[in-house]
Amino acid sequence: MSVLDSKIPAGPIERKWTDYKNKIRLVNPANKRKIDVIVVGTGLAGGSAAATLAELGYNVKAFCFQDSPRRAHSIAAQGGINAAKNYPGDGDSVFRLFYDTIKGGDYRAREANVYRLAEVSANIIDQCVAQGVPFAREYGGLLDNRSFGGAQVSRTFYAKGQTGQQLLLGAYSAMSRQIGKGKIKMYTRYEMQDLVLVDGKARGIIARNLVTGKLERFSAHAVVVGSGGYGNVFFLSTNAMGSNVTAAWRIHKKGAFFANPCYTQIHPTCIPVTGDHQSKLTLMSESLRNDGRIWVPKKMEDAIAIREGRLKPTDIAEADRDYYLERRYPAFGNLVPRDVASRAAKERCDAGFGVNATGEAVYLDFSSAIERYGKEQAMIHHMTDATPEQIYKLGRDLVEAKYGNLFQMYYKITDEDPYVTPMKIYPAVHYTMGGVWVDYNLMTTIKGCYCIGEANFSDHGANRLGASALMQGLADGYFVLPYTIADYLADDIKTGAISTALPEFDEAEKSVRDFSERLMNIKGTKPVDYFHKRLGKAMWNYVGMGRTEEGLKKAITEIQQIRQDFYNDVKIPGTIEELNPELDKALRLSDFLELGELMAMDALNRSESCGGHFREESQTEKGEALRDDDRFAYVAAWEYKGEPSQAVLHKEELKFEVVKLAQRNYE
Amino acid sequence: MSKSVLLKSSLAKKYWMALTGLFLCLFLVGHLAGNLQLLKAGEEGRRAFNEYAYFMAHNPVVKILSYLTYISIIFHVIDGFLLFAQNRKARPVKYAHTRPQENSSFASRNMALLGTLILVFIVTHMQNFWYKAKISNGPFPLHTLVKEIDNQEYDPATGAIVNKKQDVKLYLLTNGQYQMIDLEDKDNIELRHNTEIYSKKLDVKVAEGYKDLHSLTTAFFGHDNSKYGFPKNDLATVAVIFYVVSMLVLIFHLWHGFSSAFQSLGLRSKKYAPIIITVGKIFAVVVPVLFAVIPVYLYLTK
Amino acid sequence: MKLNLKIWRQKGPNDKGSMVSYPIENIDGDMSFLEMLDILNDQLVEKGDDPVAFDHDCREGICGMCSLYINGEAHGPDRGITTCQLHMRKFNDGDTIYIEPWRAKAFPVIKDLMVDRSAFDRIMAAGGFVSVNTSGNTQDANAIPIPKDDADEAFNAATCIGCGACVASCVNSSAMLFVSAKVSQLALLPQGQIEAMDRVKNMVAVMDEEGFGNCSNTGACEVECPKEISLENIARMNREFLKASFVK
Ligand SMILES: Cc1cc2nc3c(=O)[nH]c(=O)nc-3n(C[C@H](O)[C@H](O)[C@H](O)COP(=O)(O)OP(=O)(O)OC[C@H]3O[C@@H](n4cnc5c(N)ncnc54)[C@H](O)[C@@H]3O)c2cc1C
Ligand code: HEM
Ligand code: SF4
Ligand code: FES
Repeated sequence: MSVLDSKIPAGPIERKWTDYKNKIRLVNPANKRKIDVIVVGTGLAGGSAAATLAELGYNVKAFCFQDSPRRAHSIAAQGGINAAKNYPGDGDSVFRLFYDTIKGGDYRAREANVYRLAEVSANIIDQCVAQGVPFAREYGGLLDNRSFGGAQVSRTFYAKGQTGQQLLLGAYSAMSRQIGKGKIKMYTRYEMQDLVLVDGKARGIIARNLVTGKLERFSAHAVVVGSGGYGNVFFLSTNAMGSNVTAAWRIHKKGAFFANPCYTQIHPTCIPVTGDHQSKLTLMSESLRNDGRIWVPKKMEDAIAIREGRLKPTDIAEADRDYYLERRYPAFGNLVPRDVASRAAKERCDAGFGVNATGEAVYLDFSSAIERYGKEQAMIHHMTDATPEQIYKLGRDLVEAKYGNLFQMYYKITDEDPYVTPMKIYPAVHYTMGGVWVDYNLMTTIKGCYCIGEANFSDHGANRLGASALMQGLADGYFVLPYTIADYLADDIKTGAISTALPEFDEAEKSVRDFSERLMNIKGTKPVDYFHKRLGKAMWNYVGMGRTEEGLKKAITEIQQIRQDFYNDVKIPGTIEELNPELDKALRLSDFLELGELMAMDALNRSESCGGHFREESQTEKGEALRDDDRFAYVAAWEYKGEPSQAVLHKEELKFEVVKLAQRNYE
Repeated sequence: MSKSVLLKSSLAKKYWMALTGLFLCLFLVGHLAGNLQLLKAGEEGRRAFNEYAYFMAHNPVVKILSYLTYISIIFHVIDGFLLFAQNRKARPVKYAHTRPQENSSFASRNMALLGTLILVFIVTHMQNFWYKAKISNGPFPLHTLVKEIDNQEYDPATGAIVNKKQDVKLYLLTNGQYQMIDLEDKDNIELRHNTEIYSKKLDVKVAEGYKDLHSLTTAFFGHDNSKYGFPKNDLATVAVIFYVVSMLVLIFHLWHGFSSAFQSLGLRSKKYAPIIITVGKIFAVVVPVLFAVIPVYLYLTK
Repeated sequence: MKLNLKIWRQKGPNDKGSMVSYPIENIDGDMSFLEMLDILNDQLVEKGDDPVAFDHDCREGICGMCSLYINGEAHGPDRGITTCQLHMRKFNDGDTIYIEPWRAKAFPVIKDLMVDRSAFDRIMAAGGFVSVNTSGNTQDANAIPIPKDDADEAFNAATCIGCGACVASCVNSSAMLFVSAKVSQLALLPQGQIEAMDRVKNMVAVMDEEGFGNCSNTGACEVECPKEISLENIARMNREFLKASFVK
C-alpha cells in the first residue's frame, strides 16, 4: 500500500458523507474555547472556514497578505457558482453534478470527494442567500440560473459578472461579524513564511509582517492553509499580482505532499497579450460563451488581411467565418469545457488564422446574440414591424444588462467597443487544479495541517469545470472542514495553549530569517520581475497548453538555470525590517522557481494527456486528449527532498466505482 | 443612546442642518412676501408695508415663527461651524494638486464660506433695520403723513378770515384712520412702547400708530425721507451693492442647499430627485433675485 | 510618450514626506497606469533607489486594493474605473502627472502612496453582516422570493469594492458612500431587515469614531466611485438612521 491514505469512508457513495459525519468525533462547546486554529487565507475557502470555525467557538487567527480580508482573489471570479438545485427543472441532480464534474475533470478526481461536493452544493446557495448575497433573480423573485461549459443543464447561480465578489463579501461579512465579537483575530498584510511542527504536528506559523518586515510567531492547535492557486508561476495569468504558492510550498517543504502540480487550467476567453509591459491578463467570463460565438476567418488571406489591418472582422461574410467550436463539437458548441476550447483556439492560431498583430487571438462575437435577443424582445413588446435598428437596440440593451460590466471592462482595457466589433480573446493561465495533497478530511500529509480551496488538489481532477471552484472553496470552508477538523482537534482539548517560545519556533524563525538575509545579500543587478518574466516564458512555452517530452526536459534545465541566475544576480533594494514589496516578491518567486520545475517533472512523468494537461504525444486522431487509464489513473503526489529534482513520487490510485471510465466526448 | 445619537452623530448633525435650513427657506418666503410690498408705489405702498411690519411684530403665530427663525439661524450657524471644523480635521494633510471641479459644484464644497458670508450679511442687515426698529431705545418715527390743508384763520391785521395753506402731520393709526395727534402735547399725551398713544390723564391707550419702517428702508436705499425723520443714506450705493452681492451668495448657498437638505433627511429617491433638484434650483434663484430687486428698484426710484 | 511624474514620497507614517519629480520615457498608450509605475520602479531598483510603494493586487478593478490620487482625482481622470484599469492612452506626451496617496485622517499613510484603510474593516465589523450562522441549516434559497428590482438595487450597492476613493475625493473625507452602500444592500433585502436598525446605528457610530468627515452631499464620491455607487444609497442610509434613532 502507498503511504497515502485517502481515508475515504466505506459505504455506498451517496451515504458516505452522511454516515461519516454521524460517526465523526466532536469537540464540545466549552472545549472549543480552549482551542486555537490558524487560517491562512481569507478567500472563499479561508474566509468561510475562519467564519464557521469562529462561530463554532474556536479561537481563530486569520491571515492575508492584502490590506483587508475582502480583497482575496476570489473577489475576481466573474461567472458563477454551480449547485445541484434543479430550480429550472431541467433534470439536474446531485448525481448529475457529480457525474459532470468527474467527467469534466477527465476522470482524474476522487469520486467520494466530488460526490460530497455535489451534495453540499445546494446548501451553499441557501447559506449565501441567507447572508444577503444578491444573486440574480427573475421577475418572479426567484433565483435565476445560467449554463456553463461542460454541462447540459443550467445550474449556475450568478450575480451579474461579479459572482466571486458577492460570495466573498458574504464570507467576509460572516468573518466581520466574528472579528467584531473577538472570535477571529485578523492579521492583514501578513505573509506566512513557514509552518512550525512540534512533535510532528502543525502547531503554528512564522509570518512576516509586511508593514514592518518583522517576523512574528503564531501558535495554534491546527493550521489551515487556504492560500489560493499558483497560476502566477507563469508570470502572466488571470491571478492577482500577489497570488503566490509560498504558503503551500513552505508546508510542502515541511512534509506535505504536492499533488498533480502539472494540472493547469488555461482559460479560453481572456484578453490577449499586447506587449512586454503586460503585468497580468484579464479574464472575460466563460458566461460570455452562453451568447458569444467564437470564430476565425475561414480563408488564410482574410486572416492575414485582418492582422495587417486591411480588413475589419465585420467585413468578413458569414460564409467566410469558421465557427470552429460549433463545427468540431456540434453537441456542446461554444460551451465545450475550457481545456477543449483553449486547445481549439491554439490549434487555429498555430495554423495561422489568428486575428491580432501577434497572431494569437480569435473572435468572440455577439452580433448574432444581439439580433436574436432583439427579435425576442420585439416579440415580447409586441413590436411586429420593428426596424432592424430597433431590433439591434433592444438586443444590445439586453446584452448590456447581462454582460455590461464585462463589456465595459473589455472596452477600458482595449479601447475597442465590443458591441460594435467582436471581442478578441486568447487562452490564458487561469486556475491550478494541482495543489497540496489532502485526504478526505482535507488534512495534508502533515498532522494538523489542512489545506482548502484552490490551494489543495482535491476535486477537479485534470480540468475544472466553470463555476465549480467557488463551489469547492465554500464547500470546504463552510461545510466540510468544520466537521472534519473536529475529529482531529478532539485530541487537543487538554493540550492547552501552545507556547511560541518552543525551540521549534526559534528554529523555524531562524531559517526564515537566514533565507531572507541570503536574498538581500545577493545584491545583484536585476530586479525580481526580470527573473519572474523569464520563468513565465519558459513555463508558457514548454509547460503551457501543449507539452512534449523534449520541451519539458528543456523547461527543467531552463528553470534550473533561471533559479541559479536568480540566486546570483537578483537585486533587492532596502532592508528586511521595513515595508519592502521587492523582498515580498523575491520571497514568492523563490518558491515559484522550485514549483515550476516540479510542474515540468510532473508533466513529464504523466505521458498521457488528460484534461488541461495535454501531451502532444498522446492525442486521438482528431487531436483530442488521449488518456491512458491503465498507467495513469492515479494522483501523483510529490514528496519534497531538498531540490525539486530529488522529489519522490507517491501514487494514490483512483478507483472508479460509480462512474465508468470513458473517453470524454463533447461532439 | 437615542438622545445622544440625535445630537452627536454626524448624520444627526445633518438632520438639524437640513431642518433648520429648510425652515430658513420658509422664513425667506415669508420675509420676501412682505418685502415685495416695497415695490408698491406711493402712500399706499408705504402703508401696506408698515401695516405688514406691524402685523409681523404683533401676531402671536408670527411671533412664535420668528423665535423659531432666530433659533434656527443660531442652530444652523453653530451646527454649520461644528461640521466645518470636523470636516477640516478629517483631512489634516491636504493634496498638493486637486481638481475638485471635476466632480462637484463650487457651492457644495463651500457651504461654510457661503454661509459665513450670509451670516455677515444677516448681522449687518439686522443692525441696519432690526436693531434700529426694535432694540435701540430711542424714539422711532411713526408713520405720518404730512398733508397740506386749507386752514381758515383769523387774520388779526385785517380782521378777515383767510384761507391759508398749512402742513399738518397725520398719524396712521391701527384703526385704519389718519389722524392728527399732537405728540408735543406732553401734558395730555404720552407715547409708550414707541407706538402706543396713551391719554396721560386717563392712563388708557387711545390709539396706536405704526413705526415707519418703510421710510427707514427707502431712506437706507437712497430716498430722501427727511420729512419723516429719515434723512437720505449717503452710502446708499454701497448698501445696494452689498445687498445684491449677498443675494448672489445666497443663490449659491441655496443652489446646493435646497436639494441637499432633502438628501440629508433621506427624502430623496430616484423618482423624486429630479423634481427636488429642479424645484431647488428655481427656488435658489427666484427668491434671492426678488430680494435683490427691491433695493435696486428703490435705489433707482430715489 | 514622455512624462513627468510628480510622486508623493514618504518613508513612513511619521516622516513628513514631499512631492518628488521623476521623468519617464517610452511609455506606451496600451500600458496600464500601474504598469507604467512598474517600469519606473524597475528603473529605480536598477539605479539603487527606493522603489515607490503603492497598493495593488487584482489589477482588474475588483479587489479595491489600488488607490492613487492622480492629477487631482481619485483613480485618475477616467470614469467608472480603478487606477489599475486606467490606461496611459488617457494621457498625452509631455504631460505632468501628479500622484498622491488618499488623504484622510482615517487613512494614515503607511509609506509613499500606500495608506491604511482598516477603518473600513472596523466599520464592517460593527454591523455589515446578517447575523446568520454558516451552519447550512437555513431555509431553501427560493423560500423568500425577492422582487427583481430590489435584488438588482441591492446588488448595485453591493458592488462597492471598498477602495476608499469616495473618502479620498470628498472635501470632507466622508465615508458615507461606502457605509451607505452596505447599509443599503442589506436594507433592501428581507434577510437584512431584522437587524437593520442596529446595523445602521452601529456602523455610523464607528464611522464617526474613525474620524471621517461629515457628508455635505457634494456628490464627488459618486462621480469618482469606480463602481458608480449611487448617492441614493446615502439618502437611504439617512432615512434608515432617522427611523432607527426614533424607534430604538
Ligand atoms: C479571474 C478569475 C475568475 C474566476 N471565475 C470563476 C467563476 O466564475 N467560477 C468559479 O467557480 N471559479 C472562478 N474562478 C476560480 C476561483 O475564483 C478561485 O479558484 C477561488 O476563488 C480560489 O479561492 P481560495 O479561497 O482558494 O483562494 P483566494 O481567493 O485566492 O484566496 C487566497 C488567500 O490566501 C491569502 N494568502 C496567500 N498566500 C498567503 C501567505 N503566504 N500568507 C498569508 N496569506 C496568504 C491571500 O491573502 C488570500 O486571502 C476564477 C478565478 C479567476 C482568477
Ligand atoms: C437664510 C439663510 C440660510 C438658509 C436659507 C440656509 C439654508 C441651508 C440649507 C437648506 C442647507 C442644506 C442643509 C443640508 O445639506 O442638509 C444649508 C447648509 C449649510 N448652511 Fe445654511 N442657510 C442659511 C444661512 C446659513 C448661515 C448664516 C450659515 C453660517 C455659517 C450657514 C451655513 C451652512 C453650512 C455650513 C451648510 C452646509 C452643511 C453641510 O452640508 O456640511 N447657512 N443651509
Ligand atoms: S463606494 Fe465606491 S469609491 Fe467608495 S469604497 Fe465603495 S467602490 Fe470605492
Ligand atoms: S488592483 Fe484590484 S482594483 Fe485595482
